[in-house]
Amino acid sequence: MRLGSGTFAAGCVVIEVLGVALFLRGFFPAPVFSGTERQAESPPEPSAGASSNWTELPPPLFSKVVIMLIDALRDDFVFGSKGVKFMPYTTYLVEKGSSLSFVAEAKPPTVTMPRIKALLTGSLPGFIDVVRNLNSPTLLEDNVITRAKAAGKRIIFYGDETWVKLFPKHFVEYDGTTSFFVSDYTEVDNNVTRHLDKVLKRQDWDVLILHYLGLDHIGHISGPSSPLIGPKLSEMDSILMKIHTSLLSEERGALLPSLLALCGDHGMSEAGGHGASSMEEVNTALVLISSAFERKPGDVRHPTHVQQTDLAATLSVGLGLPIPKSNTGSLLFRVVEGRPVREQLRLLHLNTVQLSKLLQENVPSYKKEPGFEQFKVAERLHRSWVRLYLEGSNSEALANLGAKVRRQYLDALRMLRLSLTRRAAQYDVYSMAVGTVLVLEALALLLLGVPQALSSRAELDVPLLSPVLPLLFGLLLLALAALHVVVCTAVDSSCYLCGLPWLAAGGVMALTAALLCAGVSALTRIFAGGQCLTQTPPQSTSRWSELGLLSFLGTVGHVLSLGASSFIEEEHQTWYFLINTLCLALCHQIYRHCFLGDDCAPQRCPHTGEEFDGVAVARQGKRAGPEGWELSHAPKDPSSLEALRGPERWMVLASPWLVLACCRLLRSLNQTGVQWAHRPDLGHWLTSSDHKAELSVLAALSLTMIFVLVQKRCSLTSKVAVAFGLLGIYCYRAAIGNVLFPWQQDNKDISKGITEARFVYVFVLGILFTGTKDLLKSQIIAADFTARTVGLWEIHSGLVLLAALLLRPHNLPVLVLSLAVQTVMTQFIWRPLRHGAAAVTVMHYWFGQAFFYFQGNSNSIATVDISAGFVGLDAYMEIPAVFLTAFATYSGPVLWASHLVNFLTSEASSGSALRRACFCYALVCSVPVSVYIVMVTSLRYHLFIWSVFSPKLLYEGMHLLITAAVCIFFTAMDQTNTKS
Amino acid sequence: MKDTDIKKLLYTHLLCIFSIILSVFIPSFFLENFSILETHLTWLYICSVSATAVNLVLYLVVKPNVSSKRSSLSYKVTRFLKCCLYFLTSCFFFHVIFVLYGAPLIELVLETFSLAVILSTFTTVPCLCLLGPNFKAWLRIFSRNGVTSVWENSLQITTISSFVGIWLGAFPIPLDWGRPWQEWPISCTLGATFGYVAGLVISPLWIYWNRKKLTYKNN
Ligand SMILES: [Zn+2]
Ligand SMILES: [Zn+2]
Repeated sequence: MRLGSGTFAAGCVVIEVLGVALFLRGFFPAPVFSGTERQAESPPEPSAGASSNWTELPPPLFSKVVIMLIDALRDDFVFGSKGVKFMPYTTYLVEKGSSLSFVAEAKPPTVTMPRIKALLTGSLPGFIDVVRNLNSPTLLEDNVITRAKAAGKRIIFYGDETWVKLFPKHFVEYDGTTSFFVSDYTEVDNNVTRHLDKVLKRQDWDVLILHYLGLDHIGHISGPSSPLIGPKLSEMDSILMKIHTSLLSEERGALLPSLLALCGDHGMSEAGGHGASSMEEVNTALVLISSAFERKPGDVRHPTHVQQTDLAATLSVGLGLPIPKSNTGSLLFRVVEGRPVREQLRLLHLNTVQLSKLLQENVPSYKKEPGFEQFKVAERLHRSWVRLYLEGSNSEALANLGAKVRRQYLDALRMLRLSLTRRAAQYDVYSMAVGTVLVLEALALLLLGVPQALSSRAELDVPLLSPVLPLLFGLLLLALAALHVVVCTAVDSSCYLCGLPWLAAGGVMALTAALLCAGVSALTRIFAGGQCLTQTPPQSTSRWSELGLLSFLGTVGHVLSLGASSFIEEEHQTWYFLINTLCLALCHQIYRHCFLGDDCAPQRCPHTGEEFDGVAVARQGKRAGPEGWELSHAPKDPSSLEALRGPERWMVLASPWLVLACCRLLRSLNQTGVQWAHRPDLGHWLTSSDHKAELSVLAALSLTMIFVLVQKRCSLTSKVAVAFGLLGIYCYRAAIGNVLFPWQQDNKDISKGITEARFVYVFVLGILFTGTKDLLKSQIIAADFTARTVGLWEIHSGLVLLAALLLRPHNLPVLVLSLAVQTVMTQFIWRPLRHGAAAVTVMHYWFGQAFFYFQGNSNSIATVDISAGFVGLDAYMEIPAVFLTAFATYSGPVLWASHLVNFLTSEASSGSALRRACFCYALVCSVPVSVYIVMVTSLRYHLFIWSVFSPKLLYEGMHLLITAAVCIFFTAMDQTNTKS
Repeated sequence: MKDTDIKKLLYTHLLCIFSIILSVFIPSFFLENFSILETHLTWLYICSVSATAVNLVLYLVVKPNVSSKRSSLSYKVTRFLKCCLYFLTSCFFFHVIFVLYGAPLIELVLETFSLAVILSTFTTVPCLCLLGPNFKAWLRIFSRNGVTSVWENSLQITTISSFVGIWLGAFPIPLDWGRPWQEWPISCTLGATFGYVAGLVISPLWIYWNRKKLTYKNN
């Protein structure tokens, strides 16, 4: 059977996607949690005989608890200079009042939903929770809220809707505000505050939770040094004062004091986002205010560092509830310092017992853990303390022993927490290995197929009915099944593959075996062919052109750079560097052509920069015979550039410099990465509220330029549709308050812009529909070449329009310049220099990657612009939101890939170019991801695995998925091509 | 002919290397607190001047390109001025390229320009000495199969290795090691210098190794 190389490549990429998905499932560990569902009986106080009968839980410490959660409340917003300036009341409480202040460290991912979970369950949510962040399912784990509800506490909640999704039916009263309209930072908070007066007067609640989103939104819009931060902090300060005074006035009649907890879920990076693990994102403020924490005047305390998860245990104890079973935090001891010693010890005992139980469930060899041993010692000491206490012995000895027990408990808590945290990083090595094997097999098949796939026919022989293969396949399958059974029956294995039903696991095994068989057969054929190769000496390496060498070295260098965390953080620099070098190499080539008439065929760069050895060249030379590399497009008239005269020749000479200048401009638009992210850039200047007029002019100009660049190859109807669509985009941006109309002085009436955005969607769909229609038409009316190119271009322009709608207005120049660079390169570089399909593909891929970073993306989760997923949507709808966000994030690579299709089909002599391009594209995309998963596996105990390598892994997985979609699109286009 | 040429080439190159090594050690006798990293720009300019001087002297003494026509003084002066102009142009040209590669546009202008100066010293100055201000000849040398003598071949190798050196020198900049030599433009100047020196070492050896295979059009 013969298979087109495009189809073959698409198949391989799809298999790789499967493998990477399996790998990811194994790589991101399931969080440490307690699986047992037995009713948590509270352990009684340890005692030697039956003398102590304190078995029920200690009574609550506080009558009422108010949790005021301010999203993205970084520690220095409260304890730093900003706090002193803008939060006078809080500062007073922290410095002089009856309060305890802490810097709570949040574990990455510093994203809202996992942080809320951590605050309330005390557990360490897995990294994969980020992905589920957009769609929060009910929290099933044991947590403070569920416990409080079970204990009959009445809970009221106002704030971020995430809570309502996490805890449906838990609140007696609630009002959720959506957090996705990031541009709104006043309304979200007013929606919370407006209930406050009413609620504070009432007495019918025990727990009040307020989640303020405004600060986080300001951070996302304009960063932590924005002028908007100050007023927002003052607003929060006045709310805190209101709540505190109201609580104090009520407290007079009550038996127990009340607690007001001010906390943040995560911090805010210097760029304003969050999600990674920089100090600014991780450190949040935590202030506990209650008259129970009396303090002598002049007692100055600095906030101590604690873990964010510690709050869950503290809240449970404060409310007199059992500690959640999956909690990994330890009680904040200073909260109970004022209580009698017996109660202190009892509470510490409860916490330690809970942690050691969790350890027992998750660690088979728990008895050897130092924390567990210390716990046993502490329990023994505690027992003797209780005996002494009940005997009513000497108070000094009792106090000494009490202090000793307390210290022992605190040490045990610390050690237990440490082992549990370490435990959270457990990998499912079996699933990872199977995923890696799948990916590497697919990559090996791609590499083995290089000589055939890049030949003139661009087809591969797939031997289906060879007598040996079924036998080999059967044997392999048997061996793999045996291995599977052995692994899964081994003790203490909790891997994903073993949990799958037998049929699915068998399918994976069969796929692995089949790929291995295919690889073996391809290899034998190459060796069989290699016999006759030995006579012909391998051709000299002089065929390596500069471009070929550059693309090879660039790919290898990029892949190797992924092993260093700094290079991952600064990956944009790699791509900018590479495309600059590429432009200079092109420049050199052009100048040689123009001034020297150099016809030593520099465009012979058939190798896409992959493992391409002399054997393959020689082999190919043997196969293809005299016709040689069709790919290299040996110039029919070498003086094609000589023929260019006048302005066009000058344009050819100037075009690399033009492209370089564009890239330099875009580079200063968005500073991304980590080291230089704080540098001032044009993007921040444009988005600051003082420069709205400039932003409006720029947006209008960009939209006009987009129209100019897109329209010339469209049909009339789609021209009109593009024009209306672009107009609609401006209206949308004006409606949500990003830009201004000339007649507007200041936009007071901000809406969600639903109508405008949907108006644009209609045109996008219309253009895509017309394009598809043209394509289908070209298939029916055979050889209608123009209809085909027009149809493809219309699809391209539809995608451009969608990207223009979703990208933030200051990123519109990225879109314009990408179109401009595409036009310039097509007109003046690729066409006159007759680059082969492989070279053009590699260049498209590189530019696509660079434009991914030009629009401000990075390898950290924080830069994903989730607001793009909510353009034109009323409420959160998962599938459209995910699709739109993914498209907006990957618009650079997608648009360059779609331009590649356009370019290759518009060349009349394309032939099999599209198939070869698809193959090259699949190859250059899958090499980094395959090598990267191997690297990540070996680096899995690296210090930065969660903060740097894991987000990059998610990005790579997503990129591979996008590549698979692109390859399928390529193949579909190629199918229509061959039919027509 | 060829062997004597190669020998001459080797000696001139050794002298160049020697001058660069001296530029590291000699100034510390005259200047206080001199070190490559801390007073980087001083070293850079000293190195540049000494390399230029050695290049000029050597090419005047050795005279690799035997110019046939006797030329007048005015011709020589215009030629010299032209060379200076070319040198300056190349400095600005490299500066522009560094900015395109991402060097800061407004800050650290002097540093960037100094980098351009040292790169010009390693690449443009030998070109000017050997070929004179002749753009087409330059392009010819840097295209494949364009060299016509041992000297041009070595020029090609040293220039390319300087470029490769400066290119590789940019690699450590994003690493978060916080070393003093990671500062702009120190790693690049060091890269260029190492590249140049490597080129000086490699080119006579490479030419000697391949002397059978190399055939030049005019000898
Ligand atoms: Zn948040
Ligand atoms: Zn946020």
